[in-house]
Amino acid sequence: MPKPFTPKVLTANALLEGDVIYRTAAAGWTRDLSQAEILTDEADAELQLIEASAEVATVVGAYLADVKVADGKAQPAHFREAFRAKGPSNYAHGKQEQF
Amino acid sequence: MYHYTDFDDAFLKERNAQFRAQVERRIDGALTEDEFKPLRLMNGLYLQLHAYMLRVAIPYGTLNSRQMHKLAEIADKWDKGYGHFTTRQNIQYNWPQLRDVPDMLDALAEVDMHAIQTSGNTIRNVTADHFAGAAGDEIADPRPVAELIRQWSTDHPEFQFLPRKFKVAVTGSPNDRAVTKAHDIGLRMVKRDGEAGYEVIVGGGLGRTPMIGKVLRDFLPQAELLPYLEAIVSVYNLLGRRDNKYKARIKITVHENGIEDIRVRVEERFALIRESFGGVDQQMLARIEADFATPAFKTASEAPYHNAYQHDPLFRSWADTNVAAHRADGYGIVSISLKAHGATPGDASSAQMRLMADLAKRYGHDELRISHEQNVILPHVHRGDLPSVYAALKAAGLGTANIGLISDIIACPGMDYCALATARSIPIAQEIALRFDELKLEHDVGPLKIKISGCINACGHHHVGHIGILGLDRAGVENYQITLGGDGTEDATIGERAGPGFSAEQIVPAIERIVLAYLDLRTEPAETFLQTYRRLGLAPFKAALYPEAQANAA
Repeated sequence: MPKPFTPKVLTANALLEGDVIYRTAAAGWTRDLSQAEILTDEADAELQLIEASAEVATVVGAYLADVKVADGKAQPAHFREAFRAKGPSNYAHGKQEQF
Repeated sequence: MYHYTDFDDAFLKERNAQFRAQVERRIDGALTEDEFKPLRLMNGLYLQLHAYMLRVAIPYGTLNSRQMHKLAEIADKWDKGYGHFTTRQNIQYNWPQLRDVPDMLDALAEVDMHAIQTSGNTIRNVTADHFAGAAGDEIADPRPVAELIRQWSTDHPEFQFLPRKFKVAVTGSPNDRAVTKAHDIGLRMVKRDGEAGYEVIVGGGLGRTPMIGKVLRDFLPQAELLPYLEAIVSVYNLLGRRDNKYKARIKITVHENGIEDIRVRVEERFALIRESFGGVDQQMLARIEADFATPAFKTASEAPYHNAYQHDPLFRSWADTNVAAHRADGYGIVSISLKAHGATPGDASSAQMRLMADLAKRYGHDELRISHEQNVILPHVHRGDLPSVYAALKAAGLGTANIGLISDIIACPGMDYCALATARSIPIAQEIALRFDELKLEHDVGPLKIKISGCINACGHHHVGHIGILGLDRAGVENYQITLGGDGTEDATIGERAGPGFSAEQIVPAIERIVLAYLDLRTEPAETFLQTYRRLGLAPFKAALYPEAQANAA
C-alpha cells in the first residue's frame, strides 16, 4: 500500500537573494513559514511543484517539504527545515532578524 | 609574494566579464538554473541553505595586507561584515546576493585574487604549509612551486571536467603541517645526495571512504614536477570512474587498480609528455621564485619580549602557546587564534581582518597566512615586537592563547549554513570550547586536536582529529559519532570509531569523559593525548565513554 500523503509546503530559494521562500495560497511567495500554504492533496502538490519550477527567473530548487500543522499553520517537521525557516544558530543573521 | 602579470590580469578580466554576462542572462531568465549552475560553480558561487556562498581562493594560504583589507571591504560592502576561513585555506562569504557577485569578483581582481576552481570537478586551490618561508624545520619554501601548480592548473583545458574534484597540497618541511597524506596529490620536498626533489603521494583523502595517500615516487627531481603531475592527473582523467560519484576520487582509482598499476601508467604517460614541456615550466618557476625572496629580517633588541615574558603572565601564556620557532634569529611565527572560546571557528569580522592586516604591515613584513586549521598566521614577527602585537590582538578579541589545544577546534559550517550537512558543527565546537574554558583544564591537557564535520564528506577533517566528531541525521535527530586516535601529520592515521553516537546534549559530556580519562591514564603530563592513545589503544577510552555498557558487562 502506498504511504499516505503527509502535509507539505512548497519551498525554494529566491533567485536574487538566495533566501528560503515558501509558496502562499495566493500563488505568491513568502519568507515566513507560518504564512505558507499547507498542501494536503498529493496531485495538487505535484502540480504546484511543476508550476513553481517553471518560474525560472524567480526561484531556484523548488521542492516539497514535510510539515507539522499546529493551529492551522505550518511548522517544520525536520530539523533541517527548522534551520531553513529560522536561519543559522551562531548569529542572528538570517531570518531571526525578521521573524 | 607573487604579483599578477599583464597576462594574468587580462585573463581574469575576461573571465569576470564572461561571468557578469552569465549572471545577467540568468537574472533575465535566458538561462535556466540547470544551465547556470555549472557556470556559477566554475566561479566559486554556491547556493547554500539560506543564501548564496562565494568561496574565494587564497592560494597556498598567502595574503598581503592589501589583500586582507580588500577581503574586509568586500565583507562590509556585500556581505554581513565577516568572512569564514576554511580548512582549504579559502575564505567564504555566506550572504552575497546574486546581482552583487560580479562586483565582488572585480574587487578581488584588483588585488590579484579570484574564485576560479574553488568548486567543480577541477584542480582546486593548491594548499601549503602555513609556516612556509618561516619555519625553522623547512628544506625550502613550498610556495613558488605551489604558485607554479596554480598557474598550470588554472583553466587547464584537459582538466576542466575531471571525474571528481582534485586537491593538491605541498609542504617543504619534514613536519607535515599541510595534511599532504589526505590529499589527491601530496608533495613533500625532500633532499637526496644534496639534490632537491619531491616525494609524490597519491590517493589520500577523507570523506566517506577515508584513505591515507600512498607513495607513487619516493624521489622526483625538482625539474620534472609539472610533467609528472600532468601525467598523474591525465591517467586519473581517463581511468577514474564516472559511473558512481562516490567512487570517482583518485583514492578509489588507486585502491581499485593498485598503486603498481597506477605507477606504470603514470610513468608511461610521463615518458610521452615530458619533452613537450621543453623547460618552459622551469623558466617560469625561476621568475616566480624571485617574487618569494626572503624578507629583509631586522636585528633589534629582544628586551621588550623578555620583559613582558617575565612580568605579564597572560603574555607569557600566549607566547608559549601561539608563537612558534622561526628560522631567522630573533624572530617568531605568530598564530592568531580565530577560536575565542564560544566563537565560530574560522570566522573573522571585517574589523579583525583590518587589524590583522595592519599588524602584518607594521610588524610582519606585510605577510599573512591562513592555516587549514582556520587560524591566521603572521609568519615573520621580531620577538621584540611581540608584546605590541599581543596587546593589539587582545584588544580586538584575537588574543586567545589556545593554538593546538582542545578549544582550537576545526569545524565545518555544518547545517547552520551548508546544504549538504546532516547535522550542525558550529554549536558543538562552541560548547566544547566554553566547557573546557570553564574547567580551566586546557593548558593542563596540552596538545589535543578536535575536528568536527557536519556530514560524511569530512570538510572538518574529523578522521584525522585526535578526537573526531561526525554529525549525522539519525531518524530525524542530530547524532554525533566519535573517532579517536586520528592524526593529520607525517604519521597520518585515520581515527577509530569509538562506538554508538551521542545526541547533541550528550556529546559535550562524552568528550569531557574522554579527556578526564586521558588525564588519569597518562604516565606524566608530557605524554600527549595521542601518545597515550597509541600506547593503550581504544579500550580504556571506550570504557570511559560508555560507562553503562561497562557496568552491564561486569
